[in-house]
Amino acid sequence: MNLFKLSWKYLTFRPLSTGLNVLLLALGLAIITVLLLIQDQFEKKMNQDAVGIDLVVGAKGSPLQLILAGVYHIDFPTGNIPMDEAQKLSRNRLVKNIIPMALGDNYQGFRIVGTNHDYPGLYDAQLQNGQLWAKPYEVVLGAEVSEKSGYRVGDEFVGSHGISVGSHEHDAHKFKVVGVLERKGNVLDRLILTSVESIWFTHDEEGETELSDSTSNHTDHHEAHLQDSVAIKGFPKTDDSRELTTLLVQYRNPMAAIQLPRIINSGTSMQAASPSFEMSRLFELLGVGITLLQGLAVVIIGISGLGIFIALYNSLKERKYDLAILRAIGASRGQLLLLIFLEGIMLTLLGAILGILLGHSFLSVIISQNEQGVVGSLQPWIFLKQELWIVVYALMVGVLASIIPAIAAYQTSIAKQLTKA
Amino acid sequence: MLFESKNLKYSHPNQPSLSFPDISLQQGESMLVLGKSGSGKTTLLNLLAGLLLPESGEVTLNQQNLSAMKGQKLDLFRGKEIGIVFQKPHLLAALNVKENLQMAHFFSKKKGQELDQLLAELGLSGKANSSVLTLSEGEAQRVSIARALATSPKLILADEPTSSLDDENANKVIQLLKTQAAKIGAALIIVTHDQRVKTQISNFVEVKPL
Repeated sequence: MNLFKLSWKYLTFRPLSTGLNVLLLALGLAIITVLLLIQDQFEKKMNQDAVGIDLVVGAKGSPLQLILAGVYHIDFPTGNIPMDEAQKLSRNRLVKNIIPMALGDNYQGFRIVGTNHDYPGLYDAQLQNGQLWAKPYEVVLGAEVSEKSGYRVGDEFVGSHGISVGSHEHDAHKFKVVGVLERKGNVLDRLILTSVESIWFTHDEEGETELSDSTSNHTDHHEAHLQDSVAIKGFPKTDDSRELTTLLVQYRNPMAAIQLPRIINSGTSMQAASPSFEMSRLFELLGVGITLLQGLAVVIIGISGLGIFIALYNSLKERKYDLAILRAIGASRGQLLLLIFLEGIMLTLLGAILGILLGHSFLSVIISQNEQGVVGSLQPWIFLKQELWIVVYALMVGVLASIIPAIAAYQTSIAKQLTKA
Repeated sequence: MLFESKNLKYSHPNQPSLSFPDISLQQGESMLVLGKSGSGKTTLLNLLAGLLLPESGEVTLNQQNLSAMKGQKLDLFRGKEIGIVFQKPHLLAALNVKENLQMAHFFSKKKGQELDQLLAELGLSGKANSSVLTLSEGEAQRVSIARALATSPKLILADEPTSSLDDENANKVIQLLKTQAAKIGAALIIVTHDQRVKTQISNFVEVKPL
């Protein structure tokens, strides 16, 4: 027998009251944990995905939407832009590099991105196996896509039109997996990369099969595609007037940050948006919600602190005899003080541990519900240093809640208590 | 002398001061403290146990002056050398029978009697792991006696230990107190106005309000 055990016995002697208080505290702490995890990983991820992209150019519309669609692949693209205008832009001396992108198809919710090899290069992507695409219809899968779909190098599949699940399928030609990327925890994990030409040809065939009844011509055309090679750098070569969806632009010098967006926004039919600017605007908007949730969590923790105080104080009334007895069999005032503090601290420690676990499991549930979204690539079981602070805060709540009951225990007069009977 | 009290005086707030008869006991001796209700019997017991500090006079147990000790030292000395049996058992409801006795060992930092054997001697061997809430009143009182004896104290104080018990249990309790005190060589003082006790212990002092 020792003080820990005695405190523990007293806690488990009132399981309902103890359980309620632990649960209430855990709930408040779980909300804080989830917020911490999301904030930390989300911001890190957002910054990591936008690294090396100075400007995103696309069709006119909402700049935030353009960023979300072009960089993070979570929103719908704003529309298409003519390729000759994009090529004109690439000749601007302020532009260091442009990565063209054709969006608009998906496979089971994973987006198919038509681009060149600069795009995986932007994130220093490594191949798990296989190689990057070199011909039309060849694709490289992100690690998560490969994992979820089960496709490996050599497998074939059919993409669907649109960027959400359930649209009609491009069944005229199958994509062929030639490589799988290594998991890097960035946006590429959730993407299917291919050449811009693949996206174009897929949509061409669609049109042709709908229009022509004779297939001979089409087959020739089709076969011709397969012999083609695709653009690995820069823009795809074509004689037709083609369209792209977005362009990822890197500045040549700081001057570009001032001039380029203005040139594009006023001088072309396209719009330019800066990821860092739009994201800080987004976080500002989200900030209100986060602050609100944090406030709610603090209120819950406060109430649970009050609950612990009331529970300890009430049980103290019933336990004045117990405390007097403990004194009579040799316990000092200090030991009784410690006993009550231990009870409060054990209660809150339990709450803290449960809260952190609850927060992580809650996040993993959110993630499993959102596999294709940007939330889907968060890691629910990463533990942060800040979570230790959660434990510290919880213990502070425990100490605060037990101060008054502990002092009351300290001052209990044994003689009065025992002879009152 | 194992135990002595001399010239003890105490006054409750706003009440005339009480003075108590001197008590001196050898190892294994027992004595009753008699008196009417409200005469100050329980106050005397509290003074003897060091739970209250006397206005004047002193209490000596085993050559140590109890009245000169304070705070933690007094608490520890009480835990080691004085076993108290209260009118009601006051067992810790959160613990089982044996754990209640273990608390005495823990807080007094003294490993006195072997608990299983002690429980057996008090006829409680089957109850070691029972919740104290399931005990009958007589059993609970015997557990509280076991708790007082657990540290093998030099002095056993009992405050009306039989007042809520039937004849059979009352006799059992007194017999137990006497034999156990004799066995561990402790002095036994019982505060009571119970006739059933007087027939078993002849030695007594009487507390009278002045």
